[in-house]
Formats: sequence, structure tokens, C-alpha cells
Amino acid sequence: MTAPSLHGRDSVTRIMAWVLGALVPGIAVYVWLFGPGILVTLALATVTAVAAEAAMLKMRGYPVRPFLSDLSAVVTAWLLALSLPALAPWWLIVTGTLFAIVVAKHLYGGLGQNIFNPAMVGYAVLIISFPVQMTHWPGPLELTQTALTLGQSAAIIFGGDVPRATLDAVTMATPLDTLRTGLLQQHTVDEIVRAPIFGHVGGTGFEWLAFAFWLGGLILWARRIIGWHVPMAFLLGVLLTAGCLHFYDTDRYGSALFHFFAPSVALAAFFIATDPVSGATTPRGKLVFGFGAGMLTIVIRTWGGFPDGVAFAILLMNICAPLIDQYTQPRVYGEAGRRRNT
Amino acid sequence: MLSAIGVMVALALVIGLALGWSAIRFRVEGNPLAEKIDAILPQTQCGQCGFPGCKPYAEAIAKGEADINQCPPGGEDGVKKLAELLGVEPKPLDESHGAPKPRSVALIDEQTCIGCTLCIQACPVDAIVGAAKQMHTIVADECTGCELCLPPCPVDCIAMVPVAEDLPHWKWKHPVIPLKRVA
Amino acid sequence: MSRELFRFKGGVHPPDHKAESSGRPIHAAPLPRQLTIPLRQHIGNPAKPVVKVGDHVRKGQLIGEADGTISAAVHASSSGTVTAIEPRTLPHASGLPDLCIVIDTDGRDEWVARAPLDYRNLPPAELRMTLRDMGLAGLGGAVFPSAVKLDPGAQGACPTLIVNGGECEPWITCDDVLMRYRADDILRGVTVMRDLLGSTEILVGIEDNKPEAIAAMRAAAAKLDYAVEVVPVPAVYPGGGAKQMIETLTGKQVPTGRLSTDIGIQVFNVGTAYALARAVFHGEPMVSRLVTVTGHVLRPQNFEVLIGTPMRALIELAGDRDGVTGVLMGGPMMGVPMPLAAPAAERAPRAEDADVPVVKATNCILVQSRELFPPPPPVLPCIRCTRCADACPAELQPQDLYRFIKAGDFGRAQEYHLFDCIECGCCSYVCPSHIPLVDYYRYGKSEIWAREREKRAADLARERHEFRQFRLEREKQEKAEKLAAKAAAKRAELAAEAAAGTPPPAAADGDADAKKALIAAALARAQAKKTQAAPKNTDDLSLGQQREIEAIEARRAKIRELARKPLASEEDA
Repeated sequence: MTAPSLHGRDSVTRIMAWVLGALVPGIAVYVWLFGPGILVTLALATVTAVAAEAAMLKMRGYPVRPFLSDLSAVVTAWLLALSLPALAPWWLIVTGTLFAIVVAKHLYGGLGQNIFNPAMVGYAVLIISFPVQMTHWPGPLELTQTALTLGQSAAIIFGGDVPRATLDAVTMATPLDTLRTGLLQQHTVDEIVRAPIFGHVGGTGFEWLAFAFWLGGLILWARRIIGWHVPMAFLLGVLLTAGCLHFYDTDRYGSALFHFFAPSVALAAFFIATDPVSGATTPRGKLVFGFGAGMLTIVIRTWGGFPDGVAFAILLMNICAPLIDQYTQPRVYGEAGRRRNT
Repeated sequence: MLSAIGVMVALALVIGLALGWSAIRFRVEGNPLAEKIDAILPQTQCGQCGFPGCKPYAEAIAKGEADINQCPPGGEDGVKKLAELLGVEPKPLDESHGAPKPRSVALIDEQTCIGCTLCIQACPVDAIVGAAKQMHTIVADECTGCELCLPPCPVDCIAMVPVAEDLPHWKWKHPVIPLKRVA
Repeated sequence: MSRELFRFKGGVHPPDHKAESSGRPIHAAPLPRQLTIPLRQHIGNPAKPVVKVGDHVRKGQLIGEADGTISAAVHASSSGTVTAIEPRTLPHASGLPDLCIVIDTDGRDEWVARAPLDYRNLPPAELRMTLRDMGLAGLGGAVFPSAVKLDPGAQGACPTLIVNGGECEPWITCDDVLMRYRADDILRGVTVMRDLLGSTEILVGIEDNKPEAIAAMRAAAAKLDYAVEVVPVPAVYPGGGAKQMIETLTGKQVPTGRLSTDIGIQVFNVGTAYALARAVFHGEPMVSRLVTVTGHVLRPQNFEVLIGTPMRALIELAGDRDGVTGVLMGGPMMGVPMPLAAPAAERAPRAEDADVPVVKATNCILVQSRELFPPPPPVLPCIRCTRCADACPAELQPQDLYRFIKAGDFGRAQEYHLFDCIECGCCSYVCPSHIPLVDYYRYGKSEIWAREREKRAADLARERHEFRQFRLEREKQEKAEKLAAKAAAKRAELAAEAAAGTPPPAAADGDADAKKALIAAALARAQAKKTQAAPKNTDDLSLGQQREIEAIEARRAKIRELARKPLASEEDA
């Protein structure tokens, strides 16, 4: 290397460590509200991801240690784990994580080369292949009144002999599912949100989870780990699209605030859509990317066949990212007016 | 049924006429492909490809009579560019036409030169100055390093000197990063 | 008095390390035994030597004259004898040698006759030529011949003159101490610049981490009979870059591919202003400059150094230490590593390895050690985090440029404004993957230049080949016509001779044979000359013969030189 001979202290490891750290409040609230099952999921996903990453690096002839210590595999694992139902069976978690690391990341050329967000690819594969298993969401403890211990959660996840009744007692439809099913049954939004699963602005418990993710996201922003463009545009996309629909027909479309305070939206806005590798890179491009993803999230939630649209919205915008970059090249120093668009 | 056939026939006629007319109207003189190929070739005019100069080789490639890997001065890079232009797979250089060498220029040893003018006649770019029975000199800036002046020289007074890197022509090298271990 | 400042986009805040060297006053470095003065010290054409080996020169004597408008002359930095004019290793990243004039100093340090220039009564064009011949070049880093920049151009005046005391690079303090101790002289130079450019607004931009320099310059400015505004600017690297300084002070950006004079602004480094003052008021050509010697040395400080002094002498003067890992010319952000004489693998580098001379561009000699400059962490793949884009003062997208250059797509890199890159190093500095981005851009730029050169050479060859084809065709035609005419004449003659009854000679074959015979004879002569010439005339020659041979050799060498010399136009590019 010739120049410069001086380097800042920033590193990929530091960035990824901050992202993991910012997820901790969310995980803590998760455990507090929904029981410790998520910890088992997180651990399993982490172990799988690190093992898969190491194996892939070895096979591709890269030095394992410096690449593994960048923690990017752990971030992928955590984001995927947080997107999965907390009591999903172990094979589901392993399959999703393996797919994310092996196919979505390394078969595309490893860190920095993947055009799709690996965690979201893992999620999309799972929800398409195993839609039933993907709906076993534990309900908030406040409502189910049944708290599972860590051991019981592990037993469920690893397919231990758990009475069906126990499982039924702890899982319940998520607020999004409730809304969707209710609407399909021709109920109005007003009727549906009277169900106990709905809390002050979002779902009972879920809203607190969303706040915890917001907190983590704001920490990342304050530490300059992520920029403001993508989260802001994403949230704006969600708010505007949901708001317009709600305004158009209050009975058939959920309120904007309900969508806005869903944990999946907070997680997506601050942690998933901000993945730099698969996103747009120009300032205006980031705005377009975030807004598009937010808008698509609501569109898929409203009209799509799956309970949540975040994963597909982000994957669709991943496809567009190079094109967005191409058309949003910023003006360079000393260049007059807007730049060419070829 | 009949009307459908009629419409198709009419359509075919109209489009065919339009095509035929435009083929005459927008006809391009010369062979633009050969020109494009010629632009890629290094213009050494050395004839190693088996053709008397770069232009004839370009024309032969354009007609499909010659392969794209017959130009050693162009090197692998040149083959790649030709393959890209013609939309074919790049292939390794055909070694029977010679191997790529570092760029050189010819230098006449003026002690030995007898002033026979044979090299002057051989030079494809008129880069040698001199007259009969006068010492000859090569204009280094115009020499393409084709080596065509070597064989006719009866006293072997011409040597090929590799072009040394000097300050104005120095290039920054591609950064070497030990990212992946070389197996 | 407060002035609205503008914040240019990007930039970084590396630790400045100025205190190490700025505390000590300026010391004159002692006269070295030998000076190595390169002829290529500035942008543009290298100077042409005008002295011979064996000549005695005095300090300030012209030894290399400027070649063309964009060029600057080179002078002897001290008195002594020219002992060699040959290629020597230059302080350049390439480590390639280039033509230098080597002077063995006689220790007397005798000046040539110098007289102040009566600059107010000289025509500006003549004054600029004189300054060019005094070797004046910008001391801020680019070493652009100053005389060219002192031309207000077609507009006739350049309203704003910015004196750049930014010195944003860490470690370097030579402009800082120059402003602290020689503020009056700097401003005398500024007065000349103002008169030549017809400027009405004079701004001195100094980063606010140099309060002593700001105070000294303000005190000196107060003594002038015209207004000079000393403006403290925020310390952000690369705030001392000319374009960045312009934007900070005026809010204007220099349009791409244009000069700052096009928007009525000219920028000079404080060191250049000082050198101009020395030239105009003392008649001294540029033979010395201030150099910061800092980093891994015992006594980091600033020296007044004669151009051509070996760097190792300065490092020894500042107290060399063990554990040197490298020597940079310039600061840690944009400085170039100096070619070290011994390969680092065999033994640890030492000060004596820095066997390159100080040139006009040498603002700092930064000695590196493992503690001060730890080797960069391993390079990881780009994660497109765009921290580089946020830091880029040229407002480029470094991550895209990196991708294009790595893929060999130089066309796209150019389209994405690769040539607007100022190589400041901010992108590499912030990169969390520690990618040497600047190295890629430098490689990309020189690769594009090389390809353009190659293309020009190919175009020239094509043109010449085509002309040759045309010429041969024409000659063939002319010959055919001539032959036809001759044949007609011959036939007429034959008819006449047939009437007389003599047989015709076999002419057609004989022609080629005769030529062959001629060549064979010449060959034999050459062979004979070769066998004769070599052993016979080399021993006991008379002095006259020796002279004659030398003269002939010199003539031959000159012809060879002429034939090999690249076209001037190509060197400009």
C-alpha cells in the first residue's frame, strides 16, 4: 500500500458488533414478553451460521479467521432468528440459516458480493417451503398466561415430546395474522382490533418489542453506524402507503400507526434494509430504496398471500438497487447542474 | 380464415418492402466491422498473423477467414477485446504465430550499417531515415517494433531494444492484496 | 471581521501530530558535501542542463533552463563543481532514476551576483519570464510553475487572491513555522502577486489549529497599506487543498476541468509567496525551502534546506533512531514512500537508505516506525457501506470507482469521474475494510493514460502505414509509366538498330544481378572495415586523433539522441 499511511479505527467487525449490540435491547424485551425461547433460536442460528461460514471460507480457499471475525455471519443469523417464530423447530432454523449463508451469501461470492440480503433469502425460502411451521408464534405472556422455561422451549424446538396442549397454549396468531384473517372474514378493522392481541398502538407486547428495536436503531444512527436515509425513507414509505389506504377505507385497511409500530417494520427499517451490501449506495438512491421497500411491505401485507411483506419487499428492492444507483448518481464536485443519466 | 391469411401476407409484404428499401437507403459503404477490428489491432504491421499488415488481417477476421488469436503484439488482451466485439468466446493466443514480447524498438548499430537501404524498404511505417550509402537511423517514436527490418539487413546491424520504463511513462501497479491464498 | 465560511463536503479528522515539530524554530541545515539536483522537479517539461561536468558553479547559478512555458529553471543550491550529469534515483514513488546534476560543494557557498527586481517597472510578461527562469514553482505540493499562475489571463485581472496556509496534512508544520517567523516576507510576496494579478480581495486561509501562525500573519497584515484578511478555517483534512480552501472561503466550486482563475480566484501556498518575495526583493532564485523532518526521529523540527540535499543527512540531523520502517516524502495521507536503497528484507531500513535528494516538492520527511504507523489490518471485501462516499471531498462514489477499476472497466470509471479524484486518501482512511482505494485510483488513472498513449501510437502507425501503401502504389504507377515510355523509346531504337544489324544486350536480368553484386561488394567492404578498424586504431593514438574520434562519437550520439527523443507534444500530455 502506498497511500495513505494512516487509517481510521473503523472496521467491519466494529460495525457488525454495533449492529449486534443494538439488537440486544430488542432481544431482552423479547425474552421478557415472550419467554426465553428466542434465546435457543438465536443460539442455534448463530452456531449454524458460524459453522457454515467457516466451512464455506475453507472450501473457497479464503483465510478463515480474519473473515470469520468480521461477525457478518452472526448478524445474518440473528436477523433471521428474530424473523422466525420463536418456537420454530430446529430443522427450520438450520435450513434457513444454511440457505442464507451458503446459497445467498457464499455462492454469490461471499461478503460484499451478495445481491440479496442473506437473512431475507433464508426467511423467504422458509416461508415458501414451510408455511405452516412458520406460523407457530408464541403469544405474549400477558395473554397466554403460560410461561415456558428455557428447557421447555428447547424441548419444543428440538422436537422433544411436548404435549400438543402446551404448544397450543403458548402459540397464538400474531396481530398481523389476526388482522388478515379478520378482514378475510369480512370483519371491519374496528371490530378486529378489539381483540385482546391488539394493544395501544400495535399488538399487545409486540409494540414494546417494536420500541426496543427503535431504540437499537436510534443508537446505531447516533453512532453513525447507519445513515438516516434508509430507515427514514422506509418508515415514511410504510406510513404514507398505510395511511393512504386507511384514509381511503378505514374499515378495510389497518391504521398506519398499527403498521408503523409493528416490530417487523422497526427491525426492517433499522437493521435489515440498512444492509449496505445489497442496498443502494447513493444518497438519493438510499431514499428511493428505503421508500420502495416500505411501500412494498404494506402492499404485500395488504394484498399478498403471506402474513408479512418485509422479506419480499426488501428482496424486490435488492433487485432494483443497481438500477437505482445508476439513475441517482450524485453531482460531483465542480459539476454544474444535474448529471447525465446514461 | 382467408382474411387472416390475407392480413398476414399483406403484413409480410409491407414489412418486406420496408426492409428492402432500408437496406438500400441506409446502406453503409465499406466494411464497418473491419474498421472496428482494425481499431483494436495494435497497428504494428508486423505480419505475424500471416497477412500483410493489420488492415488485411482485420478484413480477413471480418469475413470469417481468419481467427482472432493470431496477433501476438495484441496479446491476450487484444484477443479478449476482439472476442468482445465479435461476440465470441475468447481463446488463447495461437503460439504458431509467435509469442507476445515486451514492446521494443529497433536500433541500428551505426558502426556496422553499410547504407544498403534494404531495411528502409522493409519498414512498414517509414520509421527509418537514411539514404543509399548513408548511415540509417530509426525514429524510435515511430517504430512499432515489428522486426520486419531484421531479416533483410545483410550485416545484422539492427537490434531490438526493449522500451525501458522511464519517469514520464511510469505506471502505478495494480495493488497487490493477499486476500485469498494462492492454492 | 468575521466572515461566512462554507463547509466543503466530506473530509476526515486524523490526529494532527503538529506539536512534535512546530515548537522548534527554523534551523538552517548545514551544507552537504554533495548536492543532487534533479532536472524534473515540477509539473511540465523538465529543465535542460546548461552546464558541463567539471564546470564550477556558484550558488544561485542557472544550471538547467526552463523548456517551454510550463516549465521552471533549476539552479545550483551552493557553489562547487559539477561532477556528474546522469540519471539518479528521484524522490518519487516509482524509484526510477532521472537526469540530475550532481555538484560537489566547495564549502564557500558563494552567491552569484544578485540584484532585486524592479518589478513595478517591468512589463508583467517579462517579469513572469524572469520568475520562470528563477525556478519559481508552487511549494504546496503540486509544484506547478508559478509564473504561469501569475498570469491573470484574458480577463486582465483575478479579483480574489487566496493565500493558502491551510496545511491540513498531519505531521507537517513547515508552512506553520514559516508563517510564525517570516510573516512579513510572505506578505511582501503576496503584494507582488496582488500587483501582477490585479486582485482586490486578498484572503489568507489558515486552519484554526495554528493560532500562533494566525496571530503572526494578522500582525504582519496590519502593517500593510491594503487589506489582507486572515481567516481561521476549521481544521478538516483536506481543507488545505486548493479547491477545498476556495470552497471554504468563498462557497464557490471550481467547475470540473476548468481552472480556478475561470471563476476569478487564484490560490498560492504561503511558501510560494515567501519564495516569490526572496526572488523579487533579493534576486534569489529558488535554491532552498523549509522541510519538516518528523515522525520517528529524536528531534522533530523544521529545517531550511538547500534543494538537492540528501534526505538521509536531514534525518541524521534530526537524530535518527532504530526501528525505522519507511520514509515518506510529504504527510501520512498523501505522502509517497521513498525508495530505500537496501531491500527491507535483508535488514531493518536505516536513515542512510533514504538516498534521495530534497526537491522543491519536499515539504516533509516523515520517518515511519511500527509504533507510529502500524501496518494496516488485513484487507476485507468492500461491503459498500459508503463511508468513503461520505468522506470524499470530490463528492465521488469511491466504492463504485473501486469496483470498476478492479473489474478493468476503465471506461465506466472515467464516466464516474475518476479524474476528479484528488487522491487525498480520505476514502482509504475511513474504509472499514481497509481497502487501499487510492492505490486503485492511481493504477486506474495511469492505466487509462497508458492506453491513450498506446492508442495514439497505434493511430500514428496506421496513418504512416497507410501513407506508405499509398506511396508505394504511386511509385509503382510512376515506374510503370516510365517503363512504358522507356520501352517505347527502346522499341524505336531497336527498330533503328535492327535496321543496322547489331544484337541487343541482355538488360533485364543484368539489372538485378548488378544490384546484388553491389551489395555484396559493400558487404565485403564492411567486413573488411570491421576487422581492420577495431584492433588497429585504438592503441597509441595521437591526441589529435583522439579528439577527432571523440567529436565523431559525440555527433553520432547526438543523432541517436535526436532520433530517440520523444516528441515534445507527447510529453506535455
